[in-house]
Order: sequence, then structure tokens, then C-alpha cells
Amino acid sequence: MRVSPWKQGLGRGLTCSLMLGATLALTAQPADARKKDRKAASAEAPYASTYKPYPGRPTALVGAVVYDGRGGRIDNGVVLFRDGKVVAVGGADLAVPDGYDRVDAAGKFVTPGVIDIHSHLGVYPSPAIDALSDGNEMTKPVTPHVWAEHSVWPQDPGFSRALVNGGVTTLQILPGSANLMGGRAVTLRNVPSRTVQGMKFPGAPYSLKMACGENPKRVYGGKGQEPSTRMGNFAVNRQAWIDAQKYMDGDHAERNLGKDTLEGVLKGEILVQNHCYRADEMAQVLDMAKEFGYKVTAFHHAVEAYKIGDLLKANDVCSAIWADWYGFKMEAYDGIPENAALLANQGACVVIHSDDENGIQRLNQAASRAQAAGRRIGIDIPDAQVVGWFTYNAAKAMGIGEKTGSLEDGKMADVVLWNGNPLSVYSRPDKVWMDGALMYDAADPKRKPVSDFELGQPGEGDVK
Amino acid sequence: MSRRLLLAALLAAAPAPVLAQDFAITNATVAIGDGAEPLHNGTVLVRGGRVVVAGAGIAVPAGIETVDGTGKWVTPGLFSAVTDLGLWDIEALDESNDTSADASPFNAALDVAPALNPASEHIAVSREGGVTRATVAPVHGKSIFAGQGAVIDLGTDPQILTRPRAFQYVELGEAGGRLAGGSRVAAYTALRNALREASEAARLGATAQRQSDVLLTRADAAALAPVLDGTQPLYVGVERAADIRSVLALKTEFPKLNLVIVGATEGWLVAPEIAAAGVPVVTMPMRDLPANFESLAATMSNTGRMKKAGVKVAIGMFSGHNQPRYAPQQAGNLVALTKMPGAVGLSWGEALAAITSVPAEISGLGGKAGVLAPGAFGDVVLWDGDPLELASAPVEVWIDGVRQPANSRQSRLRARYRDLDEAYLPKAYDW
Repeated sequence: MRVSPWKQGLGRGLTCSLMLGATLALTAQPADARKKDRKAASAEAPYASTYKPYPGRPTALVGAVVYDGRGGRIDNGVVLFRDGKVVAVGGADLAVPDGYDRVDAAGKFVTPGVIDIHSHLGVYPSPAIDALSDGNEMTKPVTPHVWAEHSVWPQDPGFSRALVNGGVTTLQILPGSANLMGGRAVTLRNVPSRTVQGMKFPGAPYSLKMACGENPKRVYGGKGQEPSTRMGNFAVNRQAWIDAQKYMDGDHAERNLGKDTLEGVLKGEILVQNHCYRADEMAQVLDMAKEFGYKVTAFHHAVEAYKIGDLLKANDVCSAIWADWYGFKMEAYDGIPENAALLANQGACVVIHSDDENGIQRLNQAASRAQAAGRRIGIDIPDAQVVGWFTYNAAKAMGIGEKTGSLEDGKMADVVLWNGNPLSVYSRPDKVWMDGALMYDAADPKRKPVSDFELGQPGEGDVK
Repeated sequence: MSRRLLLAALLAAAPAPVLAQDFAITNATVAIGDGAEPLHNGTVLVRGGRVVVAGAGIAVPAGIETVDGTGKWVTPGLFSAVTDLGLWDIEALDESNDTSADASPFNAALDVAPALNPASEHIAVSREGGVTRATVAPVHGKSIFAGQGAVIDLGTDPQILTRPRAFQYVELGEAGGRLAGGSRVAAYTALRNALREASEAARLGATAQRQSDVLLTRADAAALAPVLDGTQPLYVGVERAADIRSVLALKTEFPKLNLVIVGATEGWLVAPEIAAAGVPVVTMPMRDLPANFESLAATMSNTGRMKKAGVKVAIGMFSGHNQPRYAPQQAGNLVALTKMPGAVGLSWGEALAAITSVPAEISGLGGKAGVLAPGAFGDVVLWDGDPLELASAPVEVWIDGVRQPANSRQSRLRARYRDLDEAYLPKAYDW
């Protein structure tokens, strides 16, 4: 089927590309501030994670090029993990203790599990039919009361493709970007589960998805509602924050789901993932955050971030971006392939995101394209730093950087063994471990997930 | 204004003709594009806008400009099959987007040729990515017939058309069913009825009185005449295995149809039948998800499996976020599959052919485009590395032997924002 979604109203592809969120580092929040919280702090309590790591064997990956996700590279390295945790990462001189399964990884590469900060798997799953499209509560522009996890369909076959082709072990599922405040995102382990709770990343902070620019004004302006302009976008947002501040200072006699979320943001417990394309608009959003005392953790899509790399650096905001999508809408007209490299050159935080059920299978390739574009204008970013664009930087901007995203002693053993350099088009994941459990093995046809939806269908269990 | 003055004004306004350069690239790794593996230390010689010869052990005639290709790769220009190039400036901006026409009374008669804009930014960006030639297909409006597509080149000169009205495009499958009134049944009925009306219109002649119960406008019926007699290929958008079989069966009733299947996500399930029918396929190879109920069997091995069964398969369907400049990445991913147990991919040479010579052949330009063969268009790309690798990019692009400038809004933006220094003047003065 060949369609032009841009001419067919708000198609699925469009709504996906519309998303945004902003995040804030939860870890920075003092413990007493968290204790004071009455409603938002209980955010983790309902619908709690029931994820438990699957059993794994003590494993030693020996002889690979190891990228640790934080800029480190070890040639002929050794990675040890057991009981779900990374035990040690070192060079050839790191001895493999007794009891470890030794994997000869010579000629291969090891990275942390890949992390996508911007996905709609489960809320806009495959098949892309109306009955399963649950990513945008497009009935009013401010919906911080909706939670993406209540829309996630765990049987989305897209999760399995992200694992086996992309090495994705953790991903953040965001509501769409039709709304100014689209709702709470949820961070998932990329593990098949009968329930969403079985996928939830234990202890991950929530994020609020926000969106500026064309989408909200088009969606609501098209209905003859506010906002129909960018100034309308800001006015509605600001009023929502004013209301939230009042709620926060009140007695909470009557619970308000949406204001619970906004209160969490104002208290620094819920991160903000903010869909925003244009540089000037991002600058305005940063001032709105100052006005109300919250922090934007990441601008998503941010195709013009390269114009304000200095500002983003100064405000400690990540840019979660594609390598080189451009031109599909007015606010994406100035997208250039050098975006990531120019940001990195300013010292600003870069995250490569997908926003796409196909792109999530190749975040490593997108990062490589972005790196190459930089190299051609004289910005040479080492491979080891580029790997961080789809591992540690994403984890950090999702508030889980202390737990995963890098290969460091004591962290979750989320590990990808690649059959070649992950920045090469010719490489694919060979094995993927989550919390030390082997969840994918290219050499074992049965060591890969097949969702309920695909059972009994043509191509069930096929190499995808 | 007198006619003479008008003529003079027109001549003055016309851009100076750009002459093709004679040139040779030497010492490069040369990939012909015909499916063969690359040759080391090769030479490509282009004269008068055409390829003279490409290969190893070739002597360059005296006086020919020579480009040293040491450490570099040469390929034919990429050929992008089924694109929207030249039809939009900003895709979501309706007034700038000429891909489809929901409110037009016409369908098969629609012809993209006069709407094509060689100055489109998307053409410039694709050219910088090594794309030199393409087919441009309209997208359906309210009929299963989207209209007639063209073959174009991506040169900076105003002559964009290589071949207008190169094919007719019809949408079947799920989308076709909806367009035709709500079912696949309706879509096949609409298609067969249209072809019968076209047949009758052709038999009666252009000025004859037609029957009163016809569904097609006179223009649409006339546009389908070359489809009926096979002189104009019919591109059929279809994904499901069963739908592909039904499309192949159309040739029983309309034996002269010159079919090209576009999509074919489940093509691997019916690959022997497609091969036996001699029908080529343009597909999007990275599809591996059941995006809908007509692509449940999607797999990245689709291309390799069809190719293995003898189907002529091109990588294509570049529209939306699937930009033409991503073709090498897709081809490279098919090479990567050859290392995956249970998967079927393409060899490097086959993968390059799937984005060069094969789409050119399917588009009716076999031997002329997408291949460094004697007499072919001088569409040549010099790359800074393996062209299928993510890190590689074109260094030089020639189209019809004319060296193309590397200049787009993107290159201007990146130059302006290479630093953020505004100490003396705003960025707006930096141009």
C-alpha cells in the first residue's frame, strides 16, 4: 500500500511524528522532597512493575571490541556478568573466573543494550489499525491525566523486531504529540510479557509528554478550539501550570489525576519529554520552564537544535533526534544531517531516537549516519562516544542512567553482542542479554520471541 | 511585444546550455551496477554525456580530464524507483504537494509530467545522496487509478523529463478496496470495467459517441489505451500473497498487460509464480512488521527470497520518511542478512544492482541508466568509500556527463551554523 499520509488528515504516521516529551533527572531530587509528596510520589505504586529478570548464567564475553556506552573503548576486551549484573569490564588481562560460560567474541563488538527514548510501540502497534491505535487522546489539548501504559498492547510484534534487529533492551513509550500535554510516558523493559506491568522498568521515573508547534495548533485549531496558534499553545500551557501550582499548594482534598502529574513535574519527580522542532520555540519553552520552575529533560525531534546548541548545553537539555529526517512538515524544513554532530561539537547532549517501529530496529545505523555527516564537515566524533547516543545518553535522559545504559560494574547486565561493528551497515545483533538473561540468539531459532498475534500466521517465527 | 522581441526575450531568459564534459575516473574501485562484484583499480570513461567504457585495464585517451579515484569508489548514479521527487517542497503542506488529487474528476488521465519541479529541494538533497534518476509516481486520490508517472533525471538543468507517461499506477489490495467502494471485490471490478471501457473507447475512436452508462471520463478511458495494448506498463500496488496471485491472473483476461508489482510484502510466499509470469517487482525491503492484514508475512528476507526464485526485484517506494538517499543503507542491510542464519539476503553486487540497474530496467531504461555500460547515460557517482556503508557519501555526481554542484539549503544551513558566533552580526548576515 502506497499512501500519502500527509494528504489524508492525521494519519498514524503523522501522529507518531508528532510526539514530544521532556524529562528531568529524578536522581537529583533530594529525598526529603520526595517524602513530602502526597500524590505524585505514589506514582510508582499503582500499576506497579511486576518485571523480574529471567535466569541467566554467569557469562564472559572474551575478545570483542567493547564500547561501554560512556565513551570508553576496549579492544580485545572482556565483559563479565552474573546474577543479572555487570561484574567487571576490562582488557585481555581480566581473568575469567571459574563457573563462567566463556563466549569467544573475537572479531565481534559489545555494547550496552540499546535504548530508545522515543517509541510508540504498543500504543501505535502493528497492525496499524484503528482498533489498536491508542496513542493520542485527541479530545482536548491538555491531558496529563492519561498514562501511556494503559494503552500499551504487549503483543505488538514491533517489540520483538526492536530486540532481534536493533538490540533494544529498554524503551520509553510516549503518548502522541497531538496534545500540548499528552500524558505520562512509561519506560519498559523490552521483554515479552502477558501484561504491561510485566514489562515496566522497576523504579524508572515517569515522564510527561509535551508538544509544541504545529501539531497541537493544527489538531485543535482544526476543531475550532483553543489552541489554534503558537501563542495559544503557550497560553494554554501556562494556565495549566498556574492551575497545577495552585493544586500543589492546596490541601489535595479532591484528587486530580492530571494535576498529580503536573505536580510531579513541578517537584522534579516526573521528567518532561518535550516534542519541539524549531530552535526559537525550544528557547520559549525553556523560558516557560523557568517561569514555573520545572526542567525540560529532553527536546524530542529537535530538528533545529543545531541552531541553539549553546543554549541547550547551558540548560543541560538533551536533544533526542533522528539522524536526518527533514522536510515532511514546515517545522522540519531546516533539518540537516549534521544536527547531532553540531550539537556534540557544542558539548550538548545528543540522543538518537526512533519515533518509528522501523527506525527502532536500526538506531545504531542512524547514529552512524549522523556521525559520518559530522566527519564530512570536520567534526570527528569517536565511535565510542557515538555508541553513547543510543545507550547511556538515552538512559540518562530517561532517569535510569544509574541503572542501565552503560557497561559498568554493578549495573544491569543489558548487553548486545554484535557480529561486527555496530556502526556498520553490515552488522546485526548476534546475542542480546537483559539483566544477564539471554533473550535473543541469532544462532538459535527458538531463542527469540514470537507474539501471540503472529502465532499461526504466515511467516511465524521467520527470521525477520 | 513583437514576436521577434518575444523570441529574443525567451532566448535571453533561457539558461545557457550546460555541456557535458568528457572525463575519466581512474584508480578507483568500480562497481558497474549490473550485479557483478566491484573491480579494483578500475577506470570509467565518459564522453559526450555517455559512458564509453568502464572496467579494469582501460587506457584514458590524451587530453581527457582525469579524476584520480584512488581510495574512492565509482558507481552508476542511483536509480530510485517509485518516488515522489519533484512533487513537493514540504510534504505536509497541501499547497506545495502535488502527489495526489482527492477532488479531481480525473484519475488515469492524470499525468505528473507538467507538475515536476526540477528546483525542488528534495531533488537537490537526493542528488547529493547520489540519486541521479528516478521514476515519479502519483499517489491515488479517490480512484484506484493514481495516474501516469514519469522517469526523470535529477540534474540541475531544467530538462527534468527522461520519459513522460512512463507508466500507469493502480492501487489494489486494502487501499484499492477502500477506494473502489469498500472491498477488494469492488476494486477488481472497477479495474476490469475500466479496461473494458478503455478498449471500447479505443475501438470507437476519440470523437465517437460513447454509451451513456460509462464510468470513466473520456480522458481517463483514452489514458488507459496504452495500458491495454501493453505499450505503457501498469504498476499495481499490492502486498498480500493472494492479491499478487489475482493480479497475475489478470493477464489471462488482458494478455497484453505489461505488469509491474509495487509493494509485494508477501511476495516471497508466491515468488515462483511471480517469476514464472515474468513480472518484475519494486519493493521496500526493510518491511518486517505486519503493518496491516495484507502484510502479515513481512520479512526482510522477502527481497532475497524473491530474487533467489528468479524474480526481478528493485528496491524502491521512496516517499515520506523513506528518502531516496536511504537506498544504499537498505541495500547494505540486505547484504548484512547473508550473515544471518535462516535469512536470505543479496550479494554486494546484487544489492547495488537493486538500486541501480534493476530499477532502471523495470523502468524501461535497461542498458541506459543505472549501469556503467557503453552508451549508457553519463550518470556517475564518485564515493568516499563503500557506497553501501553508512559512513560513505558521494564526493562528485555527474548526470548526463555534467558535473553537478553540491549545493542545497541543507549545505547552506550547515555552513551557517558550523559555529554559533554572532559577536559582530546576526547569523542572517552569514551567507
